[in-house]
Amino acid sequence: MVQFLFFYFAIAVIGLGITIVNSRNPVHGVLLMLVLFFHMAGLYLLLNAEFLAAVQVIVYAGAILVLYLFVLFLVTLREEVRISPFIEKGYWMGFVIAIAMFITFIKGIQNFTLGEHGAYTIEKIGQLTHTKAMGEAIYTTYILPFEVAGLILLVAVVGGIALAKRERKGA
Amino acid sequence: MELLWILVKILIVFGVVMLHVAYATYFERKVIGHMQVRMGPMRVGPHGLLQPIADGIKLFFKEDVIPTPADKQVFYAAPLICLISAVSSLAVIPFFEGFAIANINIGLLYIFALSSLASYGVVLSGWSSNSKYAFLGGLRSSAQVISYEIAMGLSLVGVMMMAGSLNLTDIVHAQMSSSFKIYLIPQFLGFFVFVVAMLAETNRTPFDLPEAETELVAGYFTEYSGMRFALFFLAEYIGMIIMSCIGVICFLGGWSGPFHVPGLPFFWFVIKVYLFIFFYYWVRATLPRYRYDQLMALGWKVLIPLALFNIVLTGTIKSISG
Amino acid sequence: MTPGTFLPSDYLPIMVMLIFATGFGVVTLWVGRYFRLRRPYAEKLEAYESGNPPSPPPRFRFSIKFYLIAILFVVFDVEAIFLYPWALVYDKIGIFAVVEMFLFIFLLLVGYAYAWRKEALEWEK
Repeated sequence: MVQFLFFYFAIAVIGLGITIVNSRNPVHGVLLMLVLFFHMAGLYLLLNAEFLAAVQVIVYAGAILVLYLFVLFLVTLREEVRISPFIEKGYWMGFVIAIAMFITFIKGIQNFTLGEHGAYTIEKIGQLTHTKAMGEAIYTTYILPFEVAGLILLVAVVGGIALAKRERKGA
Repeated sequence: MELLWILVKILIVFGVVMLHVAYATYFERKVIGHMQVRMGPMRVGPHGLLQPIADGIKLFFKEDVIPTPADKQVFYAAPLICLISAVSSLAVIPFFEGFAIANINIGLLYIFALSSLASYGVVLSGWSSNSKYAFLGGLRSSAQVISYEIAMGLSLVGVMMMAGSLNLTDIVHAQMSSSFKIYLIPQFLGFFVFVVAMLAETNRTPFDLPEAETELVAGYFTEYSGMRFALFFLAEYIGMIIMSCIGVICFLGGWSGPFHVPGLPFFWFVIKVYLFIFFYYWVRATLPRYRYDQLMALGWKVLIPLALFNIVLTGTIKSISG
Repeated sequence: MTPGTFLPSDYLPIMVMLIFATGFGVVTLWVGRYFRLRRPYAEKLEAYESGNPPSPPPRFRFSIKFYLIAILFVVFDVEAIFLYPWALVYDKIGIFAVVEMFLFIFLLLVGYAYAWRKEALEWEK
C-alpha cells in the first residue's frame, strides 16, 4: 500500500511537471501546478512530515501560486511570442546534454548513502507530533537561520514595494 | 472494513450538512424578511418550508449556459475547486466527543490550507468566463480573501498558544480544563479579529464586494448558470458553516455546555453553530457594504496589527504568569 | 521504523474525503447533463454586458496594486507559518523563545512600517 501510494504520487508529480512545462496556456499550467502541489503534500505525508505537508499547500499552493497567477494577469499575453532557439540547429546538442545529465543523476543516486540518524526518531516525532518537533528544532538549534529568514522576508517586502510602487512627486 | 466505516461517517456528515445548507438559505430569507418586516418565502409548503427543495430542483434542471468566449477547461474546473475545498474541510471538524471523520494533529492548518485553495476557484472562474464583470469580481475577491486570510491565521495563534495544539479535538479539551472554560474571555481580541476575518473570508456582508450587484452584476459567477452556479452557492454556505464550526471550536468551547443533554452529545455544538449563522444573517440585515479601499485598509491596517498585538500580549501574560 | 515504510493512517479519511468531494461534484454535473435543457443560440452564449455586444478586451491588464498585495501576502503568510510551531512550543522553551519571536515580529514590523510609509497599503491614489 505504501509503495503503491508512493509510486502514484511520484509518477503523478513527474507527469504533471512535464505537462506543465509543455502546456501552451499559462493559466492551465497554474491549475495543473495546484494539483501537483497536492501530490507533493502527499509525498510529505508518507514521510510523516504532516506539518511540512500543510506548509507545502498553504505557502506554495496558497500564496506563491497566487502571486504567479497575478503576475500572469499583469502581463496578459495576447499573442504568443515566438523566439528563435538560442543555439541555431542545436537540437542534437541539447539532446546529448540531457542524456549526460540523466546519466550523472542516476550515478549520483547510486552513490547515495543514508547519513547518521538525528535526535528525532519516528517514535519521538510521533509522540511529540511533527509540528512540535519542528518547533523545538527551529527555536533552539536553528535559531540563527530562523532570524536570518526574518531578515530575508524584510528584504522581500522592501524590494517588492520599491519595484512596484510608483514614487509620487514630493513624497 | 475501516474504509466502510469512514464512508458511512462521511455520508452522515455530508447529508446532515447538505440539509443544513438547504435550510440555511431558507432561514436566511426568513430571518432577514422578518427583520425588515416582511414575511419571506411563504408559497411553497407551509410557511414556505419546501422552498429550498423547490430551489434545488429548479437549479438542477436549469440550462447550463457556457459562454462562447470562455476557456472551457478552467470554466469547468473552477466551481469544482470551490466545492472540493469547502466539502473536504468538513473532514476534521469534531462534532462531539470522539466524532470527527479524521482526527489529525494539524487540523487547523488543514482548514487554512483548504480555505486558501478556495481563492483559486474564485479567481479562475472570473478569468475563464472572459467577461469584464466576472474578471473584476474575481480579482477583487481573491485580493480580499488573501488579505483577510493572514488576519484569520494570526488571530488563531493566540488560541494555539493557550491550547498548545493544532488538533481541533485537543483544543476543545484544553478549553474545558482552562480556568474560563471558553477562550472567548482571555482571547477576546483574537475573537474579534476572527469574526471580522470570517465574514470577509466567506464573502458575506459587509464584505460582499466581489458580488456587489450594483456595480459588478454577480461578480465572479456572473457567467455561471444552473448546476454550476449551484456548486458555488453550496461552497459558499458550506464555507459559512465551516467558519462557524471553527469559531465554536476555538473560542466557544466546542461541544461542551453548562449541563449534559442525554442522548444528544452534539446538542451544544449545534446550538452554538446556529448562533454564529444567525449572526451572519443579523450582520447582513444591519450593515451596509464597505468600499473597496476601506475594506483593504481595515484588513491591513487594523486587523493584522491587532492580531499581532494579541499574540504579543498573550505571550507576555503567559510567560509572566507561568 | 524507517520513514516511508508505514502509512500515516490518520490521513486515510482525508484522502477518502477529497475523492468523495470531487466525485460528488463531477457526478452531479454529469448526471444533470441528461436532465437539463440545452437550447443555445449565439446571443445567449455571449459574455454578459447588460445586453450590449461585449466591447473587445475583457482580460485587460489590471493595476499593479494587486501584485503588491500578493507580495505582501506571501511574506506575511510565511511569517504566520513560522508562528504556528512557535505557538505550540514557546512555553516549553521559556523566555528565550518569547524574546526571539519578538525579535522576528519586530523585523517584520519594520517591513510593515515601510509598506505603510510608502503607502503600499493604501488602495487609491
